[in-house]
Amino acid sequence: MDITNSMYEGRLVRLGPLDHEKDPPVVARWTHDPLLRSVLAGVARPLSPEAVRRLLERVEKQIEETKNLFHFTLRACDDNRLIGLARIFWIDFHNGTGVLNLGVGDASDRRRGYGSDALNLLLRFAFNELNLHRLSVWPGADNLPFIQMVEKAGFEEEARRREASFHDGSYWDVLHLGLLRTKWEKKL
Amino acid sequence: MSTTLFQGRLVRLSSENPQIMAEAFSRWNQNSGYARLLDSDPAHLWSANKFKEWLEKDLESTLPANLLFSIRMLDGDKLIGFIAFDGINWTDRDSYVAIGIGEPDLWGRGFGTDAMRLMLRYGFTELNLHRISLTVYAYNPRGIRSYEKCGFKHEGRIREFILRDGRRYDMLHMGILRSDWDQLEKK
Repeated sequence: MDITNSMYEGRLVRLGPLDHEKDPPVVARWTHDPLLRSVLAGVARPLSPEAVRRLLERVEKQIEETKNLFHFTLRACDDNRLIGLARIFWIDFHNGTGVLNLGVGDASDRRRGYGSDALNLLLRFAFNELNLHRLSVWPGADNLPFIQMVEKAGFEEEARRREASFHDGSYWDVLHLGLLRTKWEKKL
Repeated sequence: MSTTLFQGRLVRLSSENPQIMAEAFSRWNQNSGYARLLDSDPAHLWSANKFKEWLEKDLESTLPANLLFSIRMLDGDKLIGFIAFDGINWTDRDSYVAIGIGEPDLWGRGFGTDAMRLMLRYGFTELNLHRISLTVYAYNPRGIRSYEKCGFKHEGRIREFILRDGRRYDMLHMGILRSDWDQLEKK
């Protein structure tokens, strides 16, 4: 591996920093879609661009202070527009563990390979740059596209927390899927 | 209605001034075996002062994400441990629970199990939780057995999650639903 190869460039997606001027209005639009609640705030809640800007500032402050969180914007390679967000959080360097989440904002950008491409970049970052031993994802059992995407990348179901999430009037199981470094290396 | 929500067969759940609890935490924590059963952070010899600071911060919140009780033996009223809902998710009505019996000579005698049963009743009937969750390391069979006795079911196993003395161990997820607990209460 060439050390000067960019860790941030995929086939379709590049990982980038936040743009505090241009990104908030786009993310604010996404907060109106309850499907993205797990990527944004936990509970669906429409936010103004100004509220998003402050939220993103708080995230950067938290990253600086705790050093156990990495945040990424996902940008389309062709026109550099913001298409999604990702983070690696709950990083425990002492045990080599972390949790990953990512989402593509606009429905018209989903199912087009952006997520899988971003996932490959994020896995390489987690294992080759953060030197983690394992990664987890915690999707709701109803989030089938996400589960299929991470299973394709090698994640395996490890736990099913019964009825651990309540939304849209029902309880849903929450899955914990894990990918070990050894499996990721074999797939490369 | 139970009039003894906080009183079990062997122990009662109580609340201590931060100074008393902080001194107990700092004392128990000097046993690295206890610290390693409790949590995946590196064992750390925190001062009583630092524990006190954290406990005082908890006093300030009104709809708390964390609820801490001390565990006292009914026989002699000795302070022997703590039990806490740490991370109550009020919208999903789910909370993680953590427990530690800080006096190793009292391990394996049912005090923790008794305290956990009180905590389940409190969580389900007072906080109206839908489920209660916990994680436990595979090297803690005594803990696992106690949780099984309280009605927790195995929900999965996070592989190679924790590294101790150069060896990797799994972390287990366990959970109990309100409906599981109702079944047990009927018996």
